Amino acid sequence: MMKSDSGTLTFRQPDYKPLVKTPVYKKKKASLSQTKTKPDLAGLLLKILCLLAAAIGFGIMASLMIYILAKGIPYLNASLFAWTYTTENVSMMPAILNTVLTVFLTLLIALPAGIGAAIYLEEYAPKSSKFVSLVSVMAETLSGIPSIVFGLFGMLFFGYTLHLGLSLLCGVLTLAILVLPLILRTSQQALALIPTSMREASYALGAGRLQTIFKVLLPQALPGIFSGILLASGRILGESAALIYTAGTLAKVAFNVMDPGATLSVHLYKLLNEGLYMNQAAAVAVVLFALCIVMNLGHQLLLNRMTKGSK
Amino acid sequence: MNHSIIQAKDVCVFYNDKQALHGISMEIPEQSITALIGPSGCGKSTFLRCLNRMNDLIANCRVEGSIVLEEEEVTGKIDVNLLRKRVGMVFQKPNPFPMSIFDNVAYGPRTHGIRNKAELEKIVIEALKQASLYDEVKDDLKKSALGLSGGQQQRLCIARALAADPQVLLMDEPTSALDPISTAKIEELCLELKKRYTIIMVTHNLQQAMRIADQTAFFYQGDLIEYGESKTLFTNPAHPKTRDYVTGRFG
Repeated sequence: MMKSDSGTLTFRQPDYKPLVKTPVYKKKKASLSQTKTKPDLAGLLLKILCLLAAAIGFGIMASLMIYILAKGIPYLNASLFAWTYTTENVSMMPAILNTVLTVFLTLLIALPAGIGAAIYLEEYAPKSSKFVSLVSVMAETLSGIPSIVFGLFGMLFFGYTLHLGLSLLCGVLTLAILVLPLILRTSQQALALIPTSMREASYALGAGRLQTIFKVLLPQALPGIFSGILLASGRILGESAALIYTAGTLAKVAFNVMDPGATLSVHLYKLLNEGLYMNQAAAVAVVLFALCIVMNLGHQLLLNRMTKGSK
Repeated sequence: MNHSIIQAKDVCVFYNDKQALHGISMEIPEQSITALIGPSGCGKSTFLRCLNRMNDLIANCRVEGSIVLEEEEVTGKIDVNLLRKRVGMVFQKPNPFPMSIFDNVAYGPRTHGIRNKAELEKIVIEALKQASLYDEVKDDLKKSALGLSGGQQQRLCIARALAADPQVLLMDEPTSALDPISTAKIEELCLELKKRYTIIMVTHNLQQAMRIADQTAFFYQGDLIEYGESKTLFTNPAHPKTRDYVTGRFG
């Protein structure tokens, strides 16, 4: 450093020549605050396309909802909710009760089986075992099979072979098989997402496997498991093909599970099939729609409540 | 040296066919801090996890040799849960359960059958005090443990381990995920705890071993190279490998 005449410090330039001449590229300086930028056409195009896609998606969903509501709401009346069904009132009350019953009973069977299987696969079975991958592949495959195939199987196996005939129980068992892969997979994923450190922490304190599963793992997996339950409930609610030949289309409450009984979706199918009660069918759709919303809200509420404790 | 509480003899560990430990023999005196040092992958954590049988959780892991905890062989058929009650463990990353602070600490005693509320409370408060966390959380025992800072969480994990009433406390790099102030607190805590417990600690921090460990063991590539008083090991190591490591020439 040396002092120049003006009194400011300047650095002395090195007086040697560089041994390697570095090539000098002439380039334009790219400034961040450039005022004139080339318009990013591709980016703009993508943005517009995405916006368009979103608009179309939303538009279709919204118009569907509005259409159903507009068609159905005017025909909602007290006689549609009469306790017994007659050809005059085409009441959907029995179907509503059957639906609730079916969802409840199906989950009663499918939940313990699905969650139990998930616990076995994640916590007990050795990770590298052939059995685990076999079950996973089977669950994948089963969830892709059309539901009418389940209906056929249910009718042949539960209906004829086990002599359950056309009954709510037959339908419930069929649906249980239908939603089992769903519950199994969501529960398994929920368990798999829990970090190993949680298991280690529990075992290191001298807890056994059972305690670790019930006190540490299941509470943490519960939100994931609940999502599975919601998906399964939706599936049950919307299922008609698997039920028509197993639980039947009778518009009567199946107080005895050995009696046949139609759920709302089957009831809707029947009304459409007969073609005489299109307006009432639209009203049924509105109720189905409302049930879906109630279920989703309930799920959300429960989830908020559960996760509040751990945050 | 105090009377030794753990005697390991010819401990070999295999992951599949790969041998991770080659016949480790060492005695660990009670009510002291023993540090296990060495470069990553040298087997010190593996050895630590033999002492409370955490290696059981790893598929295809096989342990040979003998480890005796107060006259009892622990490598054979034993009640592993009871062993882990007596030999507690604190992990590298704080891993509190997503429960309240109280429930975290009460997890061990509840596991081992203590249901009485007043008794549980006494144990939890005592453990939190021992982990010098009580003053910071005494009004928030019902709050979630996840709201604590990293250093607090680690002390909570220590309290949780202490509440199970162990004799030995294994620590697997307990401060490597913490800031210097939290680290200092934990080190201070260890010095306090060694009056009642035997502490065995894996650490990558040589200064830490020098500061608080009574004995230090140097592991290298699955072998125990040198084991002795920390002072001697760090200032006057007998083995050239140890010297290279503690002077920072490799590792």
